[in-house]
Amino acid sequence: MKRILPLTCLAALAAFIPSPHESAQAGTWRIGGYTALEARTFTQDHKWAAQSDNLDLSLIVTPEFRYKSDDRTHRINFIPYLRANNVDAERSHGDLREAFYMYRGDEIELLAGANKVFWGVTESQHLVNIINQTDLIEDPDQEDYLGQPMVQIASQRDWGKISAYLMPYFRERTLTGEDGRLRAALPYDTQSNPTYESSAEEWHTDIALRYSHYIGDFDIGLSYFSGTSREPTFNITPKGELRPHYGLINQFGLDFQYTTESWLWKFEAIGREGMGDKFAAAVGGFEYSFYQLFESDLDLGLLLEYQYDGRDTNKSPITTANNDIFAAARLAFNDTQDSEILAGFTIDHETQDSFINLEAETRLGDNYQIELRARFIVGADQGEDLYDFARDDYIQLRLARYF
Amino acid sequence: MKYHDKLSILLRSAVLSGCFLFSAAALPAHAMSDEEKGYEIAKKSDLSDSGFKDHKVSMKMILRNAQGQETTRDMRFSVKEVPDMNEGDKSLIIFDAPADIAGMALLSHTQILKPDYQWLLFPESGKVARISSKNKSGSFAGSEFAFEDFTSQELNKYKYKFLRQEACPNVPSLTCDVVERFPLYERSGYSRQIGWTDTQDFQTRKIEFYDRKNDLLKTLDFLKYKKYDDKYWRVHLMKMDNHQTKKSTDLVYDTYSFDNGLDDKDFVKGVLDTLY
Repeated sequence: MKRILPLTCLAALAAFIPSPHESAQAGTWRIGGYTALEARTFTQDHKWAAQSDNLDLSLIVTPEFRYKSDDRTHRINFIPYLRANNVDAERSHGDLREAFYMYRGDEIELLAGANKVFWGVTESQHLVNIINQTDLIEDPDQEDYLGQPMVQIASQRDWGKISAYLMPYFRERTLTGEDGRLRAALPYDTQSNPTYESSAEEWHTDIALRYSHYIGDFDIGLSYFSGTSREPTFNITPKGELRPHYGLINQFGLDFQYTTESWLWKFEAIGREGMGDKFAAAVGGFEYSFYQLFESDLDLGLLLEYQYDGRDTNKSPITTANNDIFAAARLAFNDTQDSEILAGFTIDHETQDSFINLEAETRLGDNYQIELRARFIVGADQGEDLYDFARDDYIQLRLARYF
Repeated sequence: MKYHDKLSILLRSAVLSGCFLFSAAALPAHAMSDEEKGYEIAKKSDLSDSGFKDHKVSMKMILRNAQGQETTRDMRFSVKEVPDMNEGDKSLIIFDAPADIAGMALLSHTQILKPDYQWLLFPESGKVARISSKNKSGSFAGSEFAFEDFTSQELNKYKYKFLRQEACPNVPSLTCDVVERFPLYERSGYSRQIGWTDTQDFQTRKIEFYDRKNDLLKTLDFLKYKKYDDKYWRVHLMKMDNHQTKKSTDLVYDTYSFDNGLDDKDFVKGVLDTLY
């Protein structure tokens, strides 16, 4: 079924595309996107049987087609995404990141199709951000998302923006294949379908509501979600594989930012019921910036966040962000190549297992971008959250050509 | 100086200037102090631009390093005028090139003496983030323009002093009032600026920027003015030269379009994720 969905979306979308004869007025198509080569090398040998030690190479192609009518009332976005990978067959995959029609009237916005929606403010974790499923196979940092089919209705008022989402189809999380690194000790059952709490399975209709606004230096967002959890639990199959299970949840979310001088104070919290006992989780902290460091063009941002999660991971989906401290430094060069470096770590203050992250990027010429990412896992002993990935330190280089 | 002290000075000067504007025709010019005269010139220049409601323009930013190597950025700029002189205008900048930052958008609500409100749209994730606007003197998009050069052109963000009259730089056939202005908002990178405003159309022809040590930092030349609707003058080439780093930035503007029917709803945070 999941192979057919993109085609269904496309067909639905095609109905909205104004034919050149009918359209009352002209608009603009913008074509862009990028193609990238990515090489990932692991600094240690694999830990689990069947995992590959080969240099991990990917080719990524993502063209972008965007239409906007001249009066800005009608928009169409069509953004497919394809990755081909030499090591893990699961990592060779495609998605429709965006494929929607949007109408923007004076009072109301209407969007139909696949889209990505981002809620929240914090850097280390995106607790309230729940509309889109994590495209985990792209990057373990959980900042890549699958396009979510939806109908969205929104209205901008003087007192804020309110949005309602109807999501007729669930996207299951992408998971590492048996050959791939960055997986649990037991391989994931990626062949059979996941199990669901809802008898409608992936066709359960999820709903969500969102309110967001700002007052002076404060930005605030409130959200509610009812539907299939984006995070799975896992059951062990007779073959000794981990089969994902998606239950039904209700979740309230709050996100908040106070911006003053060089400080950004950030806070997110959720309360969730379903898939185990009710629990609350929160992440909060600050980003402080030193501008024009030593009278140069450099800006240095220091980030500190604390992650709390009250869930019982015997019943609820697992999380590593339960009692963790995140600290990072961001260096922006403010040069013509928009060079930037981010270096940080997340440490569990009870077990001391930690995740170190380094990201650096710069532009080459007008159209190329080069990016380095390095991830290290330190001090993960048996029984601790990151133990299964303890040998999966890696360095990744990516060269992208933008169009 | 506390914020409300500044505000009271601002209100006082606004009231004063109202009186002077009213009586200026009756009084000989030398009855005004140089400060009052400087403010009047700046106000006349500010008013000559007001009433346009909104404008949209595409522009190309050409950045040159000390060796003369060029890189360019394309962006679209829309501005909604807020008629109340004690409130700042609202603006939206959308980047089109380089391609990897295409769709990135910056929304600004200019405040007079408080820090501006600014939000940034990251198109790849769809994230809209409030950013600090404290960094007034930092480089805008790697150029020789500082954030404050764009967002701090409101009349009441400065106090003024008239210096002299002379032939205009760049247009010697016109006469220019030369006025010094001192930033009233916090954390400006400048101790002062000297501006040349012509006495015929009241348009700025040149500005010199002095750094906090009072050394000449940058010169901005305003070239290729065009008049729209027989009312509004708009510049089409701005050349910023940094005398200390030898780097320069040109802003090349396309044709402006006025009165596009933009309203406050086109400049709210909630519009950002509908743009791209």
